[in-house]
Amino acid sequence: MRYLDEYRDGSAAQRYAETLRAIVTRPWTLMEVCGGQTHSIVRYGVDEMLPPGVTLVHGPGCPVCVTPVGILDRAFRIARRPEVVFTSFGDMLRVPGSSDDLLHVRAEGGDVRVVYSPLDAVAIAEREPDRQVVFFAVGFETTAPANAMAVKLAAQKRLRNFSLLVAQVRVPPALEAILAEPECRVQAFLAAGHVCTVMGTAEYRPLVERHRVPVVVTGFEPLDLLQGVAMAVRQLEEGRHEVEIQYARVVRPEGNPVARRAIEEVFEVTDRTWRGLGPIPHSGLGVNARYAEFDAERRFPDDAPAAREDPECRAGLVLQGRLRPRECPAFGTRCTPEHPLGAPMVSSEGACAAYWLYRRRRDPAGAAAGAGAA
Amino acid sequence: MGGELSCPVPLPPGGRILLAHGGGGRLTRELVERLFVPAFSNDALAELHDAAVLASPGSRLAFTTDSFVVHPMFFPGGDVGSLAVNGTVNDLAMSGARPLYLSLGFILEEGLAVDDLARVVASIRRAAGDAGVAVVAGDTKVVERGKGDGVYITSSGVGAVVAKQPVSPGRVRPGDAVIVSGPVGQHGVAVMAVRDGLRFSSPILSDCASVAAPALALLEAGLDVHCLRDPTRGGVATVLNEIATQAGCEIAVHESAVPVGEDVSGACEVLGLDPLYVACEGRFIAFVAPGDAEAALALLRARPDTAAAARIGTVGAGSPGLVTLKTRAGGERVLDLLSGEQLPRIC
Amino acid sequence: MCLGIPGEILETHAGPGGLRYGTVRFGGASREVCLEYVPEAVVGDYVIVHVGLALSRIAPEDAEETFRYLEEMQELAELEGEQQAIERSEVP
Repeated sequence: MRYLDEYRDGSAAQRYAETLRAIVTRPWTLMEVCGGQTHSIVRYGVDEMLPPGVTLVHGPGCPVCVTPVGILDRAFRIARRPEVVFTSFGDMLRVPGSSDDLLHVRAEGGDVRVVYSPLDAVAIAEREPDRQVVFFAVGFETTAPANAMAVKLAAQKRLRNFSLLVAQVRVPPALEAILAEPECRVQAFLAAGHVCTVMGTAEYRPLVERHRVPVVVTGFEPLDLLQGVAMAVRQLEEGRHEVEIQYARVVRPEGNPVARRAIEEVFEVTDRTWRGLGPIPHSGLGVNARYAEFDAERRFPDDAPAAREDPECRAGLVLQGRLRPRECPAFGTRCTPEHPLGAPMVSSEGACAAYWLYRRRRDPAGAAAGAGAA
Repeated sequence: MGGELSCPVPLPPGGRILLAHGGGGRLTRELVERLFVPAFSNDALAELHDAAVLASPGSRLAFTTDSFVVHPMFFPGGDVGSLAVNGTVNDLAMSGARPLYLSLGFILEEGLAVDDLARVVASIRRAAGDAGVAVVAGDTKVVERGKGDGVYITSSGVGAVVAKQPVSPGRVRPGDAVIVSGPVGQHGVAVMAVRDGLRFSSPILSDCASVAAPALALLEAGLDVHCLRDPTRGGVATVLNEIATQAGCEIAVHESAVPVGEDVSGACEVLGLDPLYVACEGRFIAFVAPGDAEAALALLRARPDTAAAARIGTVGAGSPGLVTLKTRAGGERVLDLLSGEQLPRIC
Repeated sequence: MCLGIPGEILETHAGPGGLRYGTVRFGGASREVCLEYVPEAVVGDYVIVHVGLALSRIAPEDAEETFRYLEEMQELAELEGEQQAIERSEVP
């Protein structure tokens, strides 16, 4: 496949690894932000190709993983209503809330349907006018334009039976929060390529200036990741701290202005609690006043009973890059994809899920390489 | 494809299956005598006795059973009927047996269109003919609307073992070549594509087919085939994990050696699937002694149905049950079992 | 959720709500995609698609960047290697 296969070329990957080995003089710790990048790294063994001393820690870039338990519990309550068709991305179905998940709600009779796109949910609302269709709008800025489009389409069609349950999050405040932790060892970021496709790079300049950390906007294939690491390591070796774009074929510094205008039209910045990280100011998006009728929280008001998190779940540390999944005592014992304690074990972008799928057992190469692999 | 019938449909076209069709009375007899028996025409079935009486097929029998609940019932390249035949035929072939006889148990849902049933029956007849098996026994029940899903089929099969040595995981040895008979992932993608509304420039067809002929050809050529397995649910990766565990060996696979069609590859990217975990219904994996690996590959590649056969890996003596993958990008990782239901009801 | 796949625009048409849609080909599979956010993309262009919407047009002139950068890295590595050899030879 064009624009995919070329970036998976084994010999080019090998050469990147060799050049890195030649220019690295000190240990460096980098964080890749996006869960999609984490999966690619673990799947293709990118971290094992890096020279000893260059360590990748996994970031919080899994929107499914950071959806707060309170919103999940609220989703289950809405999905149980007989008049509701609850639509969601497939990932969300197995994520545990305080005591439940959408799969169980469906098994008990809730009309829960997986959709590939928020636009599909609008189509369902049109086809089934006597049902209330709610779309679980989970995601980073990458997904916000699609959610905005869905709301605008519903408004244009004057649908009275469509709403979003919003759990959108913004990346830059989360990176600030990670950098603010005293134990933070991250010296550079590989920023999320598709988030920046929409938002551009402007938001990262204050962060780079204030914390003097390189930020390299990186793609998802092995060569993208290796080039991103190379660009970040060069900045570190040369004492620079700038925003650079590795994923140049897709990302422009200004992002996608049409998509951003749509986001600004429908959403506003809110405070948001990140599961595992806690409340982060201005880190979320919510439906604004103009489109308030499409906000499921307004359409289905409820008093929120306290959300409960399993005390044994260490997802927060994993999401901050301070604990590797296999270092968690519950990994594979009390916590498995069939019976997860938290979200990262069941999300397609969760770090724990990546390690479960690709590194459940001691992998032969990992044991030898050592650096960055666990 | 598409509904051509090789036998007349006496039940009203456009009609529906009723509960009474499963009741054992007149309607059941009409269904059996006018739809099933003519389609499967053979002497044993025509007797319509309580059991089929068959000539004993040789010193050792292989016997297997499987149920088929695929949704949707019809998909590009096959349907629940052809799956029911080929799935069971292939299980017999994987044990080194020539498939001979099938029985089919139908559970029909009240309200099923007779035309759909006739289409399934015609498909079974075609598949059975292609596989060289006779359908000699059967049963039909009907459940209330909402308690089934169109058609469920249970098929059992009997075959005569032709392999001189047992064909089983227990015979797999370090050094064995791992050979796949053709491109992978077609069936799972074909079914998911229908469910997902994915369109193709040329449609992806399920690979649903009998693999008995090429599998038996390997055995009859006297090649040292240690084990055969068809990668259905869970795909190639799952089968390799099962064999590695059962044989107490390690298996090393090269990702770039695994044949995958460009259309399947593209669909897997869009659907977020790894072709190594996607079901096939017309492929098999052979574990062949190293000395016979080239000959086995040559034999398969010379046949039109297995022209894309490829060697994808080797059995090793390391950690028992471990399957490792040399990835396209050069790294190495464990190719482990998936958790949970990845693709529900695809067979 | 950040899954964005590159695909080629085969044709465009008006879709639901009068929005600009297209048929996009991924390898051998094709799918309906909303193109509202890439007004500059035309038939034959490649776009990145996320949850049914195109978010960016792939710039072919920038696609080579990863390989050009690799060459730059290789030159750098050679220079490093030469530098280190010089330093080693200078050690008494």
